[in-house]
Amino acid sequence: MAGKLLPMVDDAPEQPQAGRTRRDFLLAGVRTGSVVAAGGLLTILAKAPAAAGTVWQIDPDKCTQCGLCATNCVLQPSAVKCVHTYAMCGYCKLCFGLLKDKRTGNTLSVENSRCPTDAIKRVFVEDPYYEMHIEENLCIGCGICVKGCTRFGNGSMYLQIRHDRCVNCNECGIARACPAGAISRVSVKTPYKLKTRRA
Amino acid sequence: MPLLEPGPWDRGKRSRLALAALAAVAGAAPAARAQEQKKQPPPEFSEGYTPPMPSQPQPRMPWLAMLDVALLAAALGLAAWIGLHRRSRREMRLLGLFSVLYFGFIRQGCICPVGSIQNVALAALGSGYALPFAAGALFVLPLLASLFFGRVFCGAVCPLGAIQDLALLWPRRVPAWLDSALSVLPYAVLGIGVLYAAAGTAFVICQFDPFVGFFRFSGGWLAISLGAGLLLLGTVVGRPYCRWLCPYGVLLRWTAALTRWGVRITPKDCIQCHLCADACPFGAISPATLEAPAEPRATARRRLGRVLAVTPLIVAAGALLGWLGAPAVARYDRVVSLAERVYLEEAGRVKGQTDASEAFRKQATPTGELYRQALVKRRWYGGATTLFGAWCGVVVAGKLIFLTLRRRRPDYEADQAACVSCARCYTSCPIEQERLTGLRSPLRDAPEQL
Repeated sequence: MAGKLLPMVDDAPEQPQAGRTRRDFLLAGVRTGSVVAAGGLLTILAKAPAAAGTVWQIDPDKCTQCGLCATNCVLQPSAVKCVHTYAMCGYCKLCFGLLKDKRTGNTLSVENSRCPTDAIKRVFVEDPYYEMHIEENLCIGCGICVKGCTRFGNGSMYLQIRHDRCVNCNECGIARACPAGAISRVSVKTPYKLKTRRA
Repeated sequence: MPLLEPGPWDRGKRSRLALAALAAVAGAAPAARAQEQKKQPPPEFSEGYTPPMPSQPQPRMPWLAMLDVALLAAALGLAAWIGLHRRSRREMRLLGLFSVLYFGFIRQGCICPVGSIQNVALAALGSGYALPFAAGALFVLPLLASLFFGRVFCGAVCPLGAIQDLALLWPRRVPAWLDSALSVLPYAVLGIGVLYAAAGTAFVICQFDPFVGFFRFSGGWLAISLGAGLLLLGTVVGRPYCRWLCPYGVLLRWTAALTRWGVRITPKDCIQCHLCADACPFGAISPATLEAPAEPRATARRRLGRVLAVTPLIVAAGALLGWLGAPAVARYDRVVSLAERVYLEEAGRVKGQTDASEAFRKQATPTGELYRQALVKRRWYGGATTLFGAWCGVVVAGKLIFLTLRRRRPDYEADQAACVSCARCYTSCPIEQERLTGLRSPLRDAPEQL
């Protein structure tokens, strides 16, 4: 046996012959019917407009920045990141997204930053405007900056599921946890719900 | 004039007052929030600066899902070939290892045929969801394979099955009564999975998937401990998830019972040595019925009659339990639990707000609309949970009927509905060893050793 781990396939046992009894005939009918039905179903599906599938996305208008996106995603860090629609931004020097509510004095120093991972970089554009740039590889999707920007700023910062990271679970962990019900399936062809500058 | 000047507007009291005013406005008029948000007009830049656009990294290409479907089909074909034709345990184990690595760790277990039950249920019974092609194909392919080759999907393609098969180090047999009793559980899991998916409430089969946490190296403590517990148990008890929990296994049982080709243990005549049945860790080999049953036919018939007589009672009891449990089952739905909470808050019977009720109030949906939606859901759950209870009753009664039936088998045979084509029995069959080695089995000449 030791030298022959693989069986000799030439004399493999014969399977029983079908088609002899009425039972065999009925079973063959059931099997053929199932194959035809499955083939039909898959053909219909392949032509359906939704065949390409869905992905999960956050509706920024419903989001309450509760912070569960950072903890309830199966990925660590979360697939949810802060996204910035710059066209809506006021380009403030002191960004509500960036700074604490109760900052001490008029200081621009780092300890006043409210982003726990320092993912917001302030880039000078022209006096007195500053671009708030999100470093996505640092962002953990906690939504603290989004909360500040939504409550006191222009709401140009918001959370989105980033599809380069999202593994598109059949049941999205943060969708289940979201208290606002803000996360739903969207078509894979329109995978983002970006805010736009309102007229 | 804008409330806030751009730049260093932070000049103590004034800005704090402005903040307070803004907060008051934001709190008082949630409906007008979207309009109020533009508190600081985007500046007009002088030096030709244009605001950058947020990037939109695209999801995994849809054709890659087709690749997964093709790989699944190929793996099913390979498993059928190895299990039924090559009859090689070693190759089956290698294929299982591949499935754990690719479908498990690389594809991270989503979506899988087990979970696709819910996509099908949601598309067929729910509203507003169209079944994606890949989900439909993943659902159908293993069932089709099982219709022709038995449960080869479970054997070495399903990553959940394969990881348990690899973990099974010291197999022990489970008492038949326990195995039989636990084997009704998957029907209940299937029922509850379809129930919650069709309602659009949740995909609970995925939520309580015990092994996906391992495949992703993450997951909640509940999922991880469930998976670790099952794997630990699975070192001595063969495939506990597949046999006593997996809802897709139920469908595969049904199709495999009709299978065209299945595992045949002995290449030629069975010498009834029962070594294969001893080797099967899943209790999937039915022993030969050597002697006619000792009891007279009339006794067996009376017993069947009694079970058939209580069947309607069992089904009715199940339906009643389902109907009674409907409100509790419905509470798992977001809308229902939210409506109950908001109602209690409005009535002043609870203090404070939950995150969900706070979020609901911010969205400024009328409370009546929420109650209406919750009532529709509740009514649906009333009927559906009753049906679910009746289904559980049917399963229990069916199990009892099945247990009263005796069938004659001349030889030891793989029970096609339960067999997962793991190929363990081949290595223990002395007649198969004769075929492999060309040597005559000593058991033939010394049948008293059996």
